Amino acid sequence: MKNIRFATVSLAYSAIALSAIALTGMIAVAAVPAASNQSAPAAAASTAKVERGKYLVNIMGCHDCHTPLKMGANGPEFDMSRALTGHPQDLKMPPAPALPAGPWAWMGAITNTAFNGPWGTSFTMNLTPDKETGLGDWTEEQFIATMRTGKHQGKGRPVLPPMPFFNLGHLTDGDISSLFAYLRSLPPTHNRIPQPIDPPEARQ
Amino acid sequence: MTPIVVRAGFAAVVALWASAVTLRSFGAPHGPGEDGTAPVAPRLLSETGLFLADGTTIDPKNRAYVPQYPLWSDGAKKRRWIRLPEGSTIDTTNVDRWEFPIGTRFWKEFAFDGRRVETRFLWKAQQGRWVFASYAWNDAQTEAVRAPDAGVANVAEVAPGKRHSIPGVADCRSCHDSGRTEILGFDALQLSSDRDPNAIHGEPIEPGMVTVRTLVEERRVAPARTAWLTAPPRIQAPDPLTRTALGYLSTNCGSCHNPSSSIASLGLFLKHQASAECNAALATSVCRTGHWVVPTAPDGESKIINPGHPELSALVVRVRSRRPASQMPPIGSVVVDREAVDVLTAWIGGRAIMSECERDRSATSASPSRASTRSSGSTGTSLVVR
Repeated sequence: MKNIRFATVSLAYSAIALSAIALTGMIAVAAVPAASNQSAPAAAASTAKVERGKYLVNIMGCHDCHTPLKMGANGPEFDMSRALTGHPQDLKMPPAPALPAGPWAWMGAITNTAFNGPWGTSFTMNLTPDKETGLGDWTEEQFIATMRTGKHQGKGRPVLPPMPFFNLGHLTDGDISSLFAYLRSLPPTHNRIPQPIDPPEARQ
Repeated sequence: MTPIVVRAGFAAVVALWASAVTLRSFGAPHGPGEDGTAPVAPRLLSETGLFLADGTTIDPKNRAYVPQYPLWSDGAKKRRWIRLPEGSTIDTTNVDRWEFPIGTRFWKEFAFDGRRVETRFLWKAQQGRWVFASYAWNDAQTEAVRAPDAGVANVAEVAPGKRHSIPGVADCRSCHDSGRTEILGFDALQLSSDRDPNAIHGEPIEPGMVTVRTLVEERRVAPARTAWLTAPPRIQAPDPLTRTALGYLSTNCGSCHNPSSSIASLGLFLKHQASAECNAALATSVCRTGHWVVPTAPDGESKIINPGHPELSALVVRVRSRRPASQMPPIGSVVVDREAVDVLTAWIGGRAIMSECERDRSATSASPSRASTRSSGSTGTSLVVR
């Protein structure tokens, strides 16, 4: 295979992403429910852990792809009614258009939640603790293993681009655990994302 | 962001994605065990105890064995050995999870086109601690050197345009699942003398090889398990094809899909369990809907196994795939196991499994309580399969 230059973001995508990143600091996130059956120190520790996770989610850009963008008066903005719910299940993506030969190698949906490239089509995951469609049935062990190995639940298919798990994998176990604690504190939202799609030549 | 130069095509992109984290995950090897740090495997294969002093003859203390249902590794020719410490026994109290004595060593050699490519080494260095290492053979085939913990990509061509990679330790542990099922391919079913004559890629037992019979007769297992002499373990199946299919799935899928795995919550259990009362592989796959659906299937018709319809069975579609979003197993192979696909297709398309589904449906309709049990899996978790 010939080598090509694979730009990680197209110009258009960059504009959306930069707008999204600029908005990240203004994100209002869900309130953290208080633990009811814990001692005061334990509850405080738990709250601190969730707050740490919230902080990490915000500064690391999790919303950039896991919270759909919508067009506002000033351009794309996060749809916080769908915070961290991943690719909207009501947004059916048509087959990705074929790109001509050349340096353009991938594309993204206007919501910044679906991407197509040489790996096929990937959709960002619902990170809320919904049992059927989100992280509700994940264990912390699986979540940490995913970040460490780049494999779905630590064992399955590869975590697909553009998820930057190799950056998140540098986090300490404590920080990944905090991320998980925060995500588990979110209100569960039922939003079934599509499964990734292999590139056309691979469909059988 | 900095542009990244990669080969065109999804494989390179995903490999780059994966290698970034693999390199980071395990880093530099730990120091030697004497100073209190974690033990490490020797630098050279010849230092692991596999050979006699001449460096080429296998030490006779290392006993060869061959599992009756081998793992598909892109057609690699494999040789395997175990060394148990003198006078030690394997604790088989849990018949499905043997406990090996400290000091146990395993080796597995991979060869393609008559050339040794790598030898994997597992060493129980301490209680609860197995050391994993892979050794890459040199061009002269005279020695193998421990590979980096991140593995070595593309060391040998196994098919046109397809190359074998030495896995990183992280990949090894994703199947061997440290702390749960470290040793694969060396258990009662795999070493049974009641061999499946139709086992896919099955290999004959050579004289001197370890089997459950030799383990019992040489008193290498505790408890003694003398019943294995008269009733060697085998998969109880209604017909030979089902036996063969379940054996293949047990080896090639069951190391992850089993009740004690970190992904047990998926509710798909393809590992043969000698202690189980019923066949969990059938109970958790036949007519069951998974989260991963066959892309071409009409709504509601994609099942993990859809009896009579291999093309609507996610299991077959995924075994037949070598693309990142759908391949199963997700690692360890870049070439489709055509023989396995043929067997699984014939099995799922045949009558025997259809009757299994009908039996399941009638039992479910006759007993609501059983339906509840079946839908929740044997661990009480929801049946969610990705």
